[in-house]
Amino acid sequence: MHPVDLYEYQARDLFEKHGVPVLGGVVAEDPATAKAGAEKLGTPVVVVKAQVKTGGRGKAGGVKIAKSPEEAEQKASEILGMDIKGHTVHRVMIAAGADIAEEYYFSLLLDRANRNYLAMCSVEGGVEIEQLAVERPEALARVAVDPTVGIDQAKAEEIVSAAKFDAETGAKVAPVLVKLWDVYKNEDATLVEVNPLVKTGDGDIVALDGKITLDDNAEFRHEDHAALVDVTSEDPLETKAKALDLNYVKLDGEVGIIGNGAGLVMSTLDVVAYAGEKHSVKPANFLDIGGGASAEVMANGLDVILGDEQVSAVFVNVFGGITACDAVANGIVGALKKLGDAATKPLVVRLDGNNVEEGRSILADFAHPLVTQADTMDGGAAKVAELAAAGK
Amino acid sequence: MSIFLDENSKVIVQGMTGSEGMKHSQRMLDSGTNIVGGVNPRKAGQSVTFEGGAEVPVFGTVAEAMEATGANVSVVFVPPKFAKSAAIEAIDAAIELLVIITEGIPVKDSAEFFNYSQAKGTTRIIGPNCPGLISPGKSNAGITPANITGAGKLGLVSKSGTLTYQMMYELADIGFTTAIGIGGDPVIGTTHIDALEAFENDPETAGIVMIGEIGGDAEERAAEYIKANVTKPVVGYVAGFTAPEGKTMGHAGAIVSGSAGTAQAKKEALEAAGVKVGKTPTGTADLMREIIKAQA
Repeated sequence: MHPVDLYEYQARDLFEKHGVPVLGGVVAEDPATAKAGAEKLGTPVVVVKAQVKTGGRGKAGGVKIAKSPEEAEQKASEILGMDIKGHTVHRVMIAAGADIAEEYYFSLLLDRANRNYLAMCSVEGGVEIEQLAVERPEALARVAVDPTVGIDQAKAEEIVSAAKFDAETGAKVAPVLVKLWDVYKNEDATLVEVNPLVKTGDGDIVALDGKITLDDNAEFRHEDHAALVDVTSEDPLETKAKALDLNYVKLDGEVGIIGNGAGLVMSTLDVVAYAGEKHSVKPANFLDIGGGASAEVMANGLDVILGDEQVSAVFVNVFGGITACDAVANGIVGALKKLGDAATKPLVVRLDGNNVEEGRSILADFAHPLVTQADTMDGGAAKVAELAAAGK
Repeated sequence: MSIFLDENSKVIVQGMTGSEGMKHSQRMLDSGTNIVGGVNPRKAGQSVTFEGGAEVPVFGTVAEAMEATGANVSVVFVPPKFAKSAAIEAIDAAIELLVIITEGIPVKDSAEFFNYSQAKGTTRIIGPNCPGLISPGKSNAGITPANITGAGKLGLVSKSGTLTYQMMYELADIGFTTAIGIGGDPVIGTTHIDALEAFENDPETAGIVMIGEIGGDAEERAAEYIKANVTKPVVGYVAGFTAPEGKTMGHAGAIVSGSAGTAQAKKEALEAAGVKVGKTPTGTADLMREIIKAQA
């Protein structure tokens, strides 16, 4: 499972779809569209908000008020392209201005420890909720939600009561919480957060800003979710790996890593990091080829890793459980044949487990000058660190 | 003895007739598992003949299979889409042990069938997204390769599949009562603590290896449990020291965000509970080997 974090405008759209009250909002990738959006909204004041998947955008200057479409265009041109904590702003949302009387907080999320859901709610919203949770925990109500029941009217009333809303406001907030449960349940979310949930001057309850995280394991029942996933990454190698359907994370180092199974690959990174200390080299990436490990997956993996200019040696660490080591060895042979002269960096290969004898003899017979076999994980890590340092 | 699974376990396989189910049922049979039935409503009444001559009947439902065979364990290989209904069916039939191998089940489905099982109170779930468990020489429920280790006196509990295999292989000279892969998903049926408790109560288990990884606080809670309740020696290993913050590395469990859930925090929590923590899988195995030697 990979959590899919949505942008604010995507969360707003899903809120609207499930009947959660929201204000008008239009997304824009250029200032002219921002101006047109402000005209379309037609409110005297709009807010131009940077769409980035990180907090603190307001402090960074990523949220600005505009009192005319022309001003919205101007503010959008200032915000687009900004860097907020390493995230480049590619889109802004033009949101209708709100008449805010009070600000509240609500979130519903997966509680891993208790294996159910947790609703958190406060009448003191619009602030750093982590700070509130630490400084004044009594101001943040925490209510367990049974996954087989969800937030019905009774549970919603329990939550607003625990958060100490006054009776009149609580009666208005409760049905909104039921709608937010609909979002959580029907979209297969693992997090739905509204901060702030506001009461307007007219006494209406509106979700002003929201965060949603979706569960990509559930994509099979949400055809529309694929469009919400960022296919590009800040890193070109990660973008390429994503296109090849590889489980790859770019890191800052010299030793390329390929393994099977997330736990073993993470362990391999650690072991290489220790072995690399005396050679001043570090792991360059995480790449889990999973159970399949066909020649094609191995070739794609090597292709991505060898495309990383920083990489000076590669460590293939496979423990064959279901994966047979002969299949992995054939994958490496196939990949090196396919790459031909393009393969220039040394490979250390450690195979163990299912069909290990066959796997090791395939590599021994292939006798490629760049390939060194290692008997153990620690031995392989020491060897690759040495080779990576020599090739730096 | 062993925990959760032994030579008397009668195993059925939900999804036995699918390609994964067939492949792994064969492997389970080869490693001595007593597979008494498969479940597939569309193939009820048929039977499947495996290499080696085992002829396994296919039943329409888990309840029918249990009625006819006395099965008390079910291993689930059905695809993610159908996993929740398969689990609910087995829970309704009150199977004792439900091992869900399937990877990619929506967390909402897991949360629902887990809480459903808790309300019923008759089924232990292991997984999902796990290799299952093996009591070497007795029974193997899942996809753990049986030939990498043998029967012995260690207990092993781990989130990860291949890292479990690595550790079983490293400690093959001592061997295991039971090795359990509990799975790396955010919602799992059996936790580190459940396994620790069972190993503590198993007279044949002399030492426990616990493997954790970054994300969540399961290891920290396990450390507290060990401090208060476990008298047997526990050796730990935690993967993910070099994982950067905010990046997901495969398992849903393996997400670092902020200070909680880091490998360092887990290591410190375990050490504070008196658990020796190895730097590498091999180093961890060495720690356990020394303890067992000192016991002899």
